[in-house]
Amino acid sequence: MTTSLSAMGGIVRRKEDPALIAGQGKYVDDIRLNGEAVMAFARSPFAHARINSIDTSVAEAMPGVVAVYTIDDVRHLGPVLAQIPVGVLRPLLADGAVHHAGEAVALVIAENAYIARDAADSVMVDYDPMPVVVDMKAAVEGTDKAHEGSESNVLVTWLSHDWWPGVFELVDHRPAIAEAKERDDVVVVSQEMTNQRLIPTAIEPRAVLADWNHGYDRVDLWSSTQMPHALAGAVAKTFGLPSNEVHVVAPEVGGGFGAKLNIYPDEILSVFASKTLGRPVRWTETRREAAVSTIQGRGWIATATITGTRDGEILGYELDAIADMGAYTQNFTVAIPVLGLFVAQGQYDIPLAWQVACVQTNTQTTDAYRGAGRPEASYYIERIIDMYAAEIGMDPAEVRRKNFFKKEDFPATTAIGLTMDSGDYEKNLDTLIADVDYAGLRSMQAAAREEGRYVGIGVGTYVEVCGFAPSVLAEFGFGWDAYGMPTSFSGSGLVRVNPDGSATVIIGTGPSGQGHQTTWAQVVSDRLGIDFDNVRVTHGNTAESPTGVGTFGSRSAAVDGAATYEAAEKVGKKAAEIVAHMLEASPDDIRFADGGAHVAGSPGHKVTWAEIAEVAHKPHKGPEGLEAGLEAHAVFSPGNATWPFGSHLAVVEVDPDTGNVEILRYVGVDDCGNRINPMIVDGQIHGGIAQGIGQALFEEAIYDDGGNLLSGALIDYPIPTAGDLPAFELGWTNTPTDVNPMGVKGIGEAGTIGSAQTIVNAVVDAVSPFGVKHIDMPLRPRRVWDAIQKARG
Amino acid sequence: MQVTMTVNGREVSGNVEPRTLLVHFIRENLRLTGTHVGCETSYCGACTIQVDGHAVKSCTMLAVQADGATVKTVEGLADGDQLHAVQEGFWERHGLQCGYCTPGMLMSAASLLEQNASPSEDEIRHAIEGNLCRCTGYHNIVRSIEYAAAKLRGEEPAPPDWTLDFEGVS
Repeated sequence: MTTSLSAMGGIVRRKEDPALIAGQGKYVDDIRLNGEAVMAFARSPFAHARINSIDTSVAEAMPGVVAVYTIDDVRHLGPVLAQIPVGVLRPLLADGAVHHAGEAVALVIAENAYIARDAADSVMVDYDPMPVVVDMKAAVEGTDKAHEGSESNVLVTWLSHDWWPGVFELVDHRPAIAEAKERDDVVVVSQEMTNQRLIPTAIEPRAVLADWNHGYDRVDLWSSTQMPHALAGAVAKTFGLPSNEVHVVAPEVGGGFGAKLNIYPDEILSVFASKTLGRPVRWTETRREAAVSTIQGRGWIATATITGTRDGEILGYELDAIADMGAYTQNFTVAIPVLGLFVAQGQYDIPLAWQVACVQTNTQTTDAYRGAGRPEASYYIERIIDMYAAEIGMDPAEVRRKNFFKKEDFPATTAIGLTMDSGDYEKNLDTLIADVDYAGLRSMQAAAREEGRYVGIGVGTYVEVCGFAPSVLAEFGFGWDAYGMPTSFSGSGLVRVNPDGSATVIIGTGPSGQGHQTTWAQVVSDRLGIDFDNVRVTHGNTAESPTGVGTFGSRSAAVDGAATYEAAEKVGKKAAEIVAHMLEASPDDIRFADGGAHVAGSPGHKVTWAEIAEVAHKPHKGPEGLEAGLEAHAVFSPGNATWPFGSHLAVVEVDPDTGNVEILRYVGVDDCGNRINPMIVDGQIHGGIAQGIGQALFEEAIYDDGGNLLSGALIDYPIPTAGDLPAFELGWTNTPTDVNPMGVKGIGEAGTIGSAQTIVNAVVDAVSPFGVKHIDMPLRPRRVWDAIQKARG
Repeated sequence: MQVTMTVNGREVSGNVEPRTLLVHFIRENLRLTGTHVGCETSYCGACTIQVDGHAVKSCTMLAVQADGATVKTVEGLADGDQLHAVQEGFWERHGLQCGYCTPGMLMSAASLLEQNASPSEDEIRHAIEGNLCRCTGYHNIVRSIEYAAAKLRGEEPAPPDWTLDFEGVS
């Protein structure tokens, strides 16, 4: 194998970057077609209202307006398809009533964006407001209904002992926990905590461009999506086409974080308008519009309870949660909480019982946002374990260590019947503790307190589940069946050696900054010895990739990467036969490296990839019976998800006079098994931590009682700036997985899943001398200051 | 209205509505799409360009306000095939992921280094507070700008600080 820097485990500059740093990256809004028209939406100012009438006449009469559509024009297309259709699906445009502020009521098509906006503002709608449901607890009580005429706002209640009966071995731990509570040597620590609603805020707003061709009766659709093949399926199903007539391209995508993992009405409507008008139709959301036209994330309120002994043995963990689904069910909406609760137990081998009620409210739909349920679940266990540690006077790191799954437990079965592939939590935490000099930090903290400074140290751990598998989860809904594309979440990799010896690699992912072109080229270069610069990787294109699932759930490297690895192995096997013929050796003795192949033990006895490729494409020059061409496609369906984990630590200082929180240090020691490109993996953790810190300290989608989003602009929704964050200190342990041939686990969401609780634990630790036991996120200065005042009495 | 300006060294002109934003003139009339629109409120900084040598958010400036001005966009940052030091720094130190904020970030960084050849980490973080990045957590952006600063001073940049070893904190 090659030992170059571009091999697996090596660091190489990204293939993506030269275009992006020169302003040559092509995002959807950078693409222009001849004869385009532009969409704009008239949106509801009310969160819940009956629509008496819509008057589009003024808008239609404006110069430059091409068409104005309402639900009457598109009702025949049905609602926006959802993968797990529990609840009310979103109509393409409001149908008789609106159910959240900002819901699209009418669609304007005009010659340019300025005219379209003017015309959308001129659509007159007569509304009759109805009672608004915003508060999650009120939604459960159900006096008012988010959807008029519905029987309950609770769509489904997931239970740990009954979430998917008959498939996994589910154990009801409730009797054991109840029994433990009766013991007289236990403490019961309980706290209601909010995991607030967030707005994902990719810096690129979503954009779409549709071009229906009436000659072929097919459509080209560019979208800033994370799931191109699923979108192709949804469009095909909606318009009655076979999926191969819908060509979806996700070009450069400017961040996704789960928000672009959805089928959106604007995508379907752009196709409708292009088909109807016979011209290309485009749309790009504005930032303020994005807060109501793109999904939001999180939005839980839950009571976490630990029952444990006074020496730190946890006898039971209960989580009673309500999760806010918003107004409509989209892609994975109701599945996000249960997915998150796959890791409800954290790193701990403890009896567990959870339930989560998924409620409809008159707010924007929620769905996957970086971590998708797992940050919520990790937050609750990691916060309550700190409160339990405080209650029994034990060091929080020590309580964690005492309850860990042990290295020898793996593969370990979780309390809800899932199998975790590999882990060594103790070693991971020990690495963190040793490297930061934890004891020294505690001494520093004590000294600071002597000086009247409020320094806090927070530890947080997490285990993540990602690269969803096994295949049977498709029957739970983790597939694209609803879009007419039945699949488990398997990976797709095609490796083609071209006649000149270069390689083209086509993968089924839909990345948005994760560097797949670089990483996959490293995998192929490592397996076949083809020069890194001679490997071209393409993704996000349904006409090129034979199959595809997209990029989400930290799946790409572990699943599509493994598929590409296997495809490269297949190519290597055939190439070895060819080389063996050329060099008169045995195929088993052929080694690939340094731009060609040689016979093991005699590196001088070699051929180049150009020479191999020529023979492969001229079968008369090869071994007898050689099939011309040199390419392979592999679909990889792993037998299990991967379960990365980590331990994080934050040191913060709180100003008691203002409540301001300053992060002095942030250290993460993560474990995702083998790393293909450590530089890129570091970057994923950095960004993940930043989003977790954003939730811990700054971000919150705030709705008033009328369902108006008060924080829909960046001035009101402050995502972290460079000045808000410290430099991050990272470390790694390496516990490979055996569920894929590369031993890699997902890393895209890990930083986010580990960080919010770490920061909150640190801040609460800092102000614990005042008697503060918990503060709900986001820990903006006012909220911290209030908590101090309240605790002081 | 007729506007004329020098963009990346070329004199350009166009006919625009008075309300046309400078960023739309650059993207739609000139088809220079490296300058991005992220928020239309001057908050995110994706649209940052240089106008008469100053970093400016082109989403909240009208095209007519730039009449007669000298404008530089990300497309004008490199000198032919020679990358600007900040471009090189972002490539060398993984200062970008999705790349959407990058053009604005590069223009702000270039402006900073024109004013301050040896910024501290704190000064760098403060200088790019008007440019939001959702992918990188800024860590590698700061390292990229430090790399560029060293290069512009004719010094050897500090080695990268990513974690090569598998065990422990670097």
